[in-house]
Amino acid sequence: MLEPLLRVENLRIELPTRRGVLTAIDDISFAIAPGEVLGVVGESGAGKSLTGTAIIGLLEPPLRIAGGRITLAGRRIDNLPSEAMRRIRGREIGAIFQDPLTSLNPLYTIGRQLVETIRTHLDLSPAAARDQALALLREVGIAGAEARIDHYPHQFSGGMRQRVVIALAIAANPRLIIADEPTTALDVSIQAQIIALLKRLCRDHGTAIMLVTHDMGVIAETAHRVAVMYAGRIVEIGAVAEIVAHPRHPYTRGLMDSIPRIGGRRQRLRQIDGAMPRLGAIPAGCPFNQRCPEVADRCRRQRPDLLPAAGTEAACWLYDKVLLPAQEAFDG
Amino acid sequence: MSLLDASNPPAWLDGGSWTYPLGTDNQGRDVLSAILYGSRLSLFVGSLAVLLALLIGVTLGLLAGWCGGLTDTIIMRIADVKLSFPAILLALLIDGVVRGMLPRDAQSEIASYVLIAAIALSFWVQYARTVRASTLVERNKEYIQAARVIGVHPAKIVLGHLLPNVIGPILVIATINLALAILTEATLSFLGVGLPPTQPSLGTLIRNGNDYLFSGDWWISIFPGVVLAVLILSVNLLGDWLRDAFNPKLR
Amino acid sequence: MAEPETLLHVEELHRSFDVSLPAIERLMRGKKRATLKAVDGISFTMRRGETFALVGESGCGKSTVARLVVGLYRPTSGRVVFAGQELARLKSRKAAAPLRRRLQMIFQDPYASLNPRWQVKRIIAEPLRTHRLVASEAALRQRVAELLLQVRLSPVDGDKFPHEFSGGQRQRISIARALASNPEFLVCDEPTSALDVSVQAQILNLMKDLQRQLGLTYLFISHNLAVIYQMSDRVGVMYLGRLVEIASAERLFAAPRHPYTQLLLDTIPSIEITGREREPVGGEVPNPINPPPGCSFHPRCPFAYERCRRERPELIDVGGTLVACHAVEEDRLPQARAYTEYET
Repeated sequence: MLEPLLRVENLRIELPTRRGVLTAIDDISFAIAPGEVLGVVGESGAGKSLTGTAIIGLLEPPLRIAGGRITLAGRRIDNLPSEAMRRIRGREIGAIFQDPLTSLNPLYTIGRQLVETIRTHLDLSPAAARDQALALLREVGIAGAEARIDHYPHQFSGGMRQRVVIALAIAANPRLIIADEPTTALDVSIQAQIIALLKRLCRDHGTAIMLVTHDMGVIAETAHRVAVMYAGRIVEIGAVAEIVAHPRHPYTRGLMDSIPRIGGRRQRLRQIDGAMPRLGAIPAGCPFNQRCPEVADRCRRQRPDLLPAAGTEAACWLYDKVLLPAQEAFDG
Repeated sequence: MSLLDASNPPAWLDGGSWTYPLGTDNQGRDVLSAILYGSRLSLFVGSLAVLLALLIGVTLGLLAGWCGGLTDTIIMRIADVKLSFPAILLALLIDGVVRGMLPRDAQSEIASYVLIAAIALSFWVQYARTVRASTLVERNKEYIQAARVIGVHPAKIVLGHLLPNVIGPILVIATINLALAILTEATLSFLGVGLPPTQPSLGTLIRNGNDYLFSGDWWISIFPGVVLAVLILSVNLLGDWLRDAFNPKLR
Repeated sequence: MAEPETLLHVEELHRSFDVSLPAIERLMRGKKRATLKAVDGISFTMRRGETFALVGESGCGKSTVARLVVGLYRPTSGRVVFAGQELARLKSRKAAAPLRRRLQMIFQDPYASLNPRWQVKRIIAEPLRTHRLVASEAALRQRVAELLLQVRLSPVDGDKFPHEFSGGQRQRISIARALASNPEFLVCDEPTSALDVSVQAQILNLMKDLQRQLGLTYLFISHNLAVIYQMSDRVGVMYLGRLVEIASAERLFAAPRHPYTQLLLDTIPSIEITGREREPVGGEVPNPINPPPGCSFHPRCPFAYERCRRERPELIDVGGTLVACHAVEEDRLPQARAYTEYET
């Protein structure tokens, strides 16, 4: 059993407001092994981006980590002073954000931005750093790197810019990359190229990736495991193939059913009525109890933790050991 | 008021009395009363000037932003021309022209209105520019396109949809401008091209008192000056507060 | 049963935008005028009651076509004929009003498509007032309440403001507004692209129900092929301002003809195919200001050759599908493999 590279334990993130303290992330725990791609999927407001932001230490006040711990390769990183965190950022953890347009400084050439990042984390001379930058550009698939290294971001197309952003993220060879919606702003045909690139990098460098997105298709193609988030909690976590084929948690089931697919019957999409509760309106017990087709009384009183559910883990009372035999008969 | 009481110092100094708490000027007029009337006039002139500037600027800005093309170019070039004239110069120009046109006695009656017009004509450009910029942005937003698809009359779109959404920053600028307008009025009156000496405003008071500063009757200028400074400060603070109140990020 | 009438007829539609630098800068830099051909010769027809989808990636011009159809832009050349009349030809607003009443639009961004300062009931009532469709204030309130119920919101929601609603609910309000004038034809510009997946399902289901109940015709714009699979009867694939393939949804998904359509279907990240290893076709959509000569897809096409670089292909009928491709015309493509089983 590989020692996990990143371990998040009982993480809580709070947001103090005038109307009281809201809990944005409520006690989540997961781990990422070296070289693994973990997908974090959820709809808007579920808290997936917030999780990534917290791990990389970029939470904007008044948001704050109110409990739990985050460890990277055995070392705690959630309580580091900002200077120490800054050194980890980039060197050990890289980040890719959604909008390649705003991730790059429009005033500097990409060469300069690359060299700056490389020299911040690695002790190289300017010439050696530039060589490294060229190598990186070639690795992410930018043709004519020698010429393009001195171009400005606006001279690249969207997909190319995202490749540059990826190059920046891997510049110091981090062990973990947090990718927040890296393909959402791109055209469909470009998405496939970027996904292929990320997978290749993961394989060649042994980099672990935490892939945050709302697009289940991207996760199915890229990730090994996936965590499904809802209202600040992880409701299901497990191997991708298993969750896609046999989702256990009622929310995951509803989510899979509502995704339109090509092929098969053209019928009414199954929908989950209602909407995800906003912060401050999350019900007691299981956060999904207002919309769950299989809600029981216990769901309104007690909040379930992740329970083993035949191949994955699901936070649902249906999988409480007492009920499991009956549930298996139901599932068939 | 009597000439016997002329040039009395403020009450707490020798020779002053509490009948005239802040002293009197060279003609025996009570400085305190003059300040009270003067502030009222200054505020009146300032507010109307800003209102008029708003009217002109917002209308032209909306037209320029909505119609685009030639209308936009013409309006913006006029604005550019206006900007090359400093406010004081413009006011001097207008004042001079009007004085030339009218007989003497009519002048003092309408002096305040001429002043209002002069100040308004100096200030409208910034409203026009801001409104035009906001209009250009909002015009392409989908709720405006939806109204066009429905077939709503353009005037209704501009007044009903656009205007409420571009007016926000303008109100803040307007409050801050009020301070500037009062100051401009004071300056112009001080220079002698604003209100006549018979109508006390803070500016004319300061002007009157200026002649006596060096002869030791400092209170005629200083108190109106202090009141002017305090008035401007309060209006500026009001503007700051308004800006923060409208800022959605701070809510 | 009589053949359903032709409701929309688009003929050789062109729309260009002048994207030159301002005159002075142009002179200083010695650059010529630059024109962006957003729509470069589009023709298609729609029958009453059907859903026709336009699909393509960014810069293909589908949103421009939507706005041309609904009259927000005037064509540079070509015609848009709705129910026998050309909207662009009607000069006055009064003359255009009856046509506008029958043809409405739903926009992509649920946050920008509603005036943030207006109450919801005022937003929905606007078409009713503009076209004077109701006689009294009481009738107006009644109609607004009806419309809100029709999109599965509550009549009391009329008193609220847009920011009090979620993205999906705002889209419902947009739909209610579009339905207020009892239109026959709705142009839907990426109506669910900005919504979460489960909310998208609700809105798509609602749209299907409304189409059945009210006999609506939809021009459905999207970049999401899966959504189009669910919603449409016929599909047009656009690339750099031109239509490269038009077919019934059935035929398009089962046997796509044009190499670009095949590329699209190949590259969608798909749930079914977890962990699939595939080499995606390289290249990106070129800059629409300087499109490649000949067939605009040729730089990325694995079947391109000399003729494709010189000559622009026209749409030809191949077994019921309209395709614009020389390779298809000359029957050079390998046997089109079955992509999906399309079932109704």
